[in-house]
This record gives sequence, structure tokens and C-alpha cells, in this order.
Amino acid sequence: MSTPIQIVPGTRTPKKPPQVQKEDSMWLQKELINGNYHELATAHEMNRKVSATFVPGNLNELLMCFNFARSLPETNALQNGMRKKSGKMIMDAERDGHSEDVCTYVKADLGMMLQGQVGPTGEALPTPDVLLLSYTGCFTFMKWFELIRQKYNCETVMLHVPYQGDGKISKNMRDYVLKQLKEKVIPTLEKVSGVKFDIDLLRQYMRESAKAEEDLVWTLQSAKHKPSPIDGYFGAVYYIGPIFTAFRGTPEATKFYSVLRSEIAQRIREGKGPVTPEGEHPGEKYRLVVEGPPNWTSFREFWKMFYDEGAVVVASTYAKVGGVYDFGFRHDPEHPLESLAEYCLGCYTNLNFPQRIDMICKYIDEYQADGLLINSIKSCNSFSAGQLLILREVEKRTGKPAAFIESDLVDPRYFSAANIKNRLESYFQMVKQKRTATAAH
Amino acid sequence: MNTQEIIARCEHLFEDLRFGAVKDWKAAKPGRKAIGYMPIYVPREIIHAAGMLPVGIFGGGDQLEVIQGDAYYQSYICRIPRSTIELGLTGRLDCLDGMLFPSICDVIRNLSGMWQIMFKDKYVKYFDVPQNYDDAIGGEFYVHEMQLLREDLGKLAGRPVTDQALRASIAVYNENRQAVRDLYAYRAAKPWQAPTSELYLVLRAGCVLPPEEHTALVRSYLSEAAKETRPQRDNARVVLTGSFCEQPPLSLIKSIEMAGCYVVDDDFQLIQSWLLDEVPVTGNPLEELSKAFLHHSTSTSSKYDEKKEDKGKFLLRQVKERGAEGVVFAAPSFCDPALLERPMLQEILARHKVPYTAFKYSENTGQMAPIREQAGTFADSIKLWSAA
Repeated sequence: MSTPIQIVPGTRTPKKPPQVQKEDSMWLQKELINGNYHELATAHEMNRKVSATFVPGNLNELLMCFNFARSLPETNALQNGMRKKSGKMIMDAERDGHSEDVCTYVKADLGMMLQGQVGPTGEALPTPDVLLLSYTGCFTFMKWFELIRQKYNCETVMLHVPYQGDGKISKNMRDYVLKQLKEKVIPTLEKVSGVKFDIDLLRQYMRESAKAEEDLVWTLQSAKHKPSPIDGYFGAVYYIGPIFTAFRGTPEATKFYSVLRSEIAQRIREGKGPVTPEGEHPGEKYRLVVEGPPNWTSFREFWKMFYDEGAVVVASTYAKVGGVYDFGFRHDPEHPLESLAEYCLGCYTNLNFPQRIDMICKYIDEYQADGLLINSIKSCNSFSAGQLLILREVEKRTGKPAAFIESDLVDPRYFSAANIKNRLESYFQMVKQKRTATAAH
Repeated sequence: MNTQEIIARCEHLFEDLRFGAVKDWKAAKPGRKAIGYMPIYVPREIIHAAGMLPVGIFGGGDQLEVIQGDAYYQSYICRIPRSTIELGLTGRLDCLDGMLFPSICDVIRNLSGMWQIMFKDKYVKYFDVPQNYDDAIGGEFYVHEMQLLREDLGKLAGRPVTDQALRASIAVYNENRQAVRDLYAYRAAKPWQAPTSELYLVLRAGCVLPPEEHTALVRSYLSEAAKETRPQRDNARVVLTGSFCEQPPLSLIKSIEMAGCYVVDDDFQLIQSWLLDEVPVTGNPLEELSKAFLHHSTSTSSKYDEKKEDKGKFLLRQVKERGAEGVVFAAPSFCDPALLERPMLQEILARHKVPYTAFKYSENTGQMAPIREQAGTFADSIKLWSAA
């Protein structure tokens, strides 16, 4: 079910507000995210401690055991990006001495601090009481929290998650993460929050996580249908929102994914494609797999370039950045800490290159995609360094055409709409020609 | 050999991107193997104990034209991975039987996977090091990782790497590190006698020579340099930091010196001075290497500082102990570790009233005039302040 709604115009935009369509689950998602910002804004007056942590390898269920209000700086940055606020924040951070070469999520976050720490929804965000540095799949995370710590002097606890360099999780890696959880992370969270750790509470949250994960996987895999009822990249951003952030393990998230599943099931029954911001998808012509995060500052414009051409993204690696669930992993309440370790080790950016390539090839095959599109993000070396090899390898192994575009996460200076549109149009032509050639043989 | 001859030899080794010294070493005894490593740190002792030659790969420098390597990277990625791929694809690294990619940043990390795909016949390992410094947590993890490397190299060598061999290699590297420490101390005491452009070449020789030979070379340079009488200038004494991975061109180092700076400490070849003290040659060798890494190793931006107070401590100590008057932040373009660290260090230096300047380079930077101008102005301003 989808409901047309009116977007509240920004104070400086005299343009007629566009009509935006969203599914009910998308509204529910927005409500959850905004609710979390309010919770953060009022946490200290409600005598709650505030944690900050990152999306990949986030230990949401564990943080909930200590009743932390939970902030995720990447989400703050992307929300500011979508609201067109990040450009100035980045420039403020650069004026404050941060290099133009480094991650714009970091600079948007630091710029937000310089502007008085006003969050995306307009409410002031509190200074975190603890920084849980889940060093999973991204080197920049470490420097990011060191920078914040230098500014705010808050307690920081590191969870070093070793990289899957050999393409597997060894016992040594698992034990290392587990030990850090037991001997470093939990004692620090107990100390900061004043709450004693209760493993049964963790199990309870994890039961909720597993339920939500089941429905999320079902939703993402629904794109195997033709036509796909979802967009596995642009639409998936809404779907992954709750589970990748402050809601995994909550009954609200379980409800969200259950509603989402029903909606998608209904769309499949009706033979419908995805919902776009402008209503029903005009009809599936191209099925794509996308590698790399989206651009947030021109998110809708970017998405429109796809659906205007009849393209649907059936699977994306970005939708696995906060957890890879579609190959069977679920949080396991029977082995809660071991399962948290396994989760952290298995996040997408913690996989090595051969694993990433295997995953993309598998998606192209299982989702019957026409090809691969890589959106290479200037800010994100973890994703981007080496993506041109991924492109070559995937083309070689699948015989499907691949294309490469470049943008950034939240820096509007690095989104060249005309350039991207041209490339996409050429790519769609290429897919078409390839299809014709294949049909002729 | 006198100083000039030593430096000429080191320069030849530095410029030889076909790694003739490695080939010669391998050819001297059939069956010998060489293992490459990228910045910033791997326990070379394990490679050495396996009877292999550890070879430092620090990109292609400014002499290598990168053609194929550019096809693998976007414009916003630093240059070292693309020139390293160029070295690999043009057969220059064929003399290596394996490559180690240490934990330094996401770019080098991803390069390990690319190498696995592109050079399937070679041994390739991403070598993780702990960011937790407790012996029972990070230490245990690290000992296991080293043990894996030891087993892998043992298989490659066709014989196990024994504790005895490891202890002997630790002793060899202890001597090498002591020689390098002496070289740094000498340069700091008399920078006009051991200019950094020379020290750099002497260090780079350590990337391709066996450690025993390199130690002898360092000792020989120290003794020959002491015999020289070179003019002492009224230069500003600076610590250069941020150049621990992709290396600046030699001409950049010379430009900084010509502009009126004596570099009295740096982080060019961290691996050679990573472990700060002698590693015990008794006990369990991997545990000793682990303890040395966890508790007695250098500080750099790829390592996590557990406490806020630790940030910048090492740099401040370098400034104090080397008698530096300022700090030059010289980082490669798009180097996440160095560039993200820089504002934190600058804030600390400012608090301690240590002057600093900053610029970026790439390994093939050709325009030295702006750098000379900036370094010169910095040196002048230091001299003016101290005169005041």
C-alpha cells in the first residue's frame, strides 16, 4: 500500500513542493528514525547515557542492555546530506583544518559539531558519553572517533574486528573479538552506564533481531521475482534503515519488517514493481546489481535517473553494509556474544576482494540481472579502492556488462548529474545491445 | 668505501626497480625465496628465519611511468597502490615469491585481495596486527597470526621455521635496529654530517639487502660520515612526519634540506625502527615479538591510541629529544591515516607552542619550487622567532 504525501518545503525553496510517494513501511521507518533523534536529544534530561557507534559491526542489542540512547554518526551525516545540510558542514570542517582528501562523513560530522551539534531533525544532539569504536571494515572509523574523543574527551572503547584477508573467519579472529567483548567492551559499557550486564536481556533482544533479519532477507530476496517488487538499492536504503541503526533487536523493528514483508507480498501478488518517489515504477526494463553506497545529497535525482529509464536495482552490496544476512547468518540468542562476534566479522566491507566478487557474481546470477553498476564513492576507500578490478572480474566471469560512475556520499561538490546521467544512458544502451546480440545468437 | 661510494651504491639500489639485488641474492643459492612487504610493519624476523629475503616494496617512486596501474584506480586514490600494481604487471616483482600486505589502511588492505586475484601463483597474505594492546587479548591474537605466517612460510620454504631460527633472526634484527637507531641519533646530533637525503638512501638499501649486510652498510656509513668535514649551516631543525607509506621523491627531501631545514627525525621507513627496544632472544620468540609490538613500538596514525593523552605524545617526544624547532607534516595526497591524524597532532603542537607547516605530495611529485618556498619560509620564520 502506498500513500501520496506532501513534503514540507524548506524555508528557502520557493518551488512548488513535489508530491512524494512512499509505502507505509517507509513512513514507519521515518517515524522510527526521527523518534530516535528525539530520544537522543532528550536523553540526558531523561538521565540516560548516550553512545555513539558505527553501522558496520554495530552492537545495538548490547548497547540496549545498558539502556544507552544510540547515535550513529554515519546516519547523522547521511541524514544531513539528504536534507542538503552537509555541504556547509564539510566546508566548515575543511576551514577548521581537515583535508579535502578525506572522508566527507567525518567532515560532515565534525562540521555539525562546529555548527552547534544540531542534528538532522533540528534538535540538538548530545555529546556522547561513550564512543564504541567498532573498527569493522573501515580504517577511517578509528580516526573518526579519535577526532571526536579529542574534541569531547569522552570515554572510548575499541572493538578491533580483524579483516577477512584469507576469505574466512578463523577461530583466532572469533576468539579475539569475543575476548574484547567480554574483557573490554562490556566492562566499559557497565562503567559508563552504571548498569550491570544481563546476558538474558541480550538474548531477548537477539530473538527480536533474528525475527527482523528473517523478514529483511525475505524482502531483499523478493527482488528475484520478475518484475521485482522492490528496488534493492534506493528502496533498500529505507528497508535497512532500522536494522542497521538503533533498532535491531527492538520490537519496533520486528513490527517494521513484518509490515514491510506484508506490503511486498501484496505487491508480488499484484504483479507490481517498486514504488518510486513519483509513484509506481514505470516498468522494469533493466535489472541491475549495484556495488557501492549511494550518493545522499542528490538521492532522489540519482534514483530518478534509474527509474526514468526503466531500471530496477535487484540487489546491492550496500544493503549488506550493516550485516550480511542473505547467506544464512542470524543473530543467535543461544550464543549471544559469539554471534555478535560473527556478525561483526561478516559485514560486507570486512570481506576480502575475492569474496566481494563472488557475492556480486552470485547476485547477478540469482537475481537474473542484466549487469553490474559500480557507484564509486570518493570518500570511501574501503568500498572504492580496487573497484575497477571488481568491474573487470565480474564482466569476465558473468559475461554481463558493467559500468562505472563516480560520486560522493555527502559532498554535493562531487555529484555531477549530467555526467552520471550520460554514463547511465550509455550503459543502458550497452545492456540493450548486449541483449539483442545474445538473442540473435 | 667512502661516503660517496656508499651513497652511490645505495642510490643504485634505490633506483633499481628491477630489484637486481634481490635477484642476485636468490641466484647465489638455488631455492632461495624472497617475500615482499608493503608499509608499514611486518615481523621480518619470521621471513628471515624461514631462510627468505624480506623485500620492502614502497611503490615505484618518481622514475616509474604508471600506465597499467592507473587503470585500476580512481583519481582520488593515492599513488602507491597503482605504482605497485605497475611493478607487478610489468614483471618487476617476479623475483618475489610472495607479498605481505600489512594492516595500514583500506587501500593497502584491498590491494591484498587484488593481488590474490591478479597474481594467483604467488603467496599473498593480508597481515593483521592488533589494535588491542593487552597481552592476553591483542597479544594472543597477534601470536596466532604470526604463527600462521610462520607455518605458511615454513611450507613455502619446505622446512619448518624453528624457535632457534627465530631467535637467531631476532638477534640479527636487534643489531640492525640498533644500527638504525645509532644512525638516527648521529643525524640528530650532526645533521650537516649525515644529511637526510643520504640517510634516506641508506635506509632504503635495507629494503633489498639482507639485514646482516644492511647493518654493516649502516655502520660503515656512520664511520665514513664521521670522517667528513661538512659545513654546518644555520638551518632550522625539524621533525618530518606523515611520510610512512607512500614515499616522497628523493628530490623533495633534498628540497626541504636546501630550503634551510635539517630533518632531525622522520617516519620514512618505520619498519626499520618500529620496535623501539631490543627484543629478548630468550623465551618464546613469537611472544617476545608480540610484547615488543604491543608495548615497545613506535606510534603512528595507523595504530590506535588507547587514551586521549597518548595522542601526539610520541611526536612531542621526537621534537624534544631531537631538539627540533618545528614539525613538517608531509603526507601523500589521499592518505587517510596521515591526513586524518594531522589536525589532532597540529592541535597538540599548537598547545605546546611547536611551530608546524604542512603540505601534500605524491611519489612522483615533480614541482619542487612550491615545497622549497614553503619549507624555506617555515625555516625562516623559526629562525626569526627564536631570534626574538
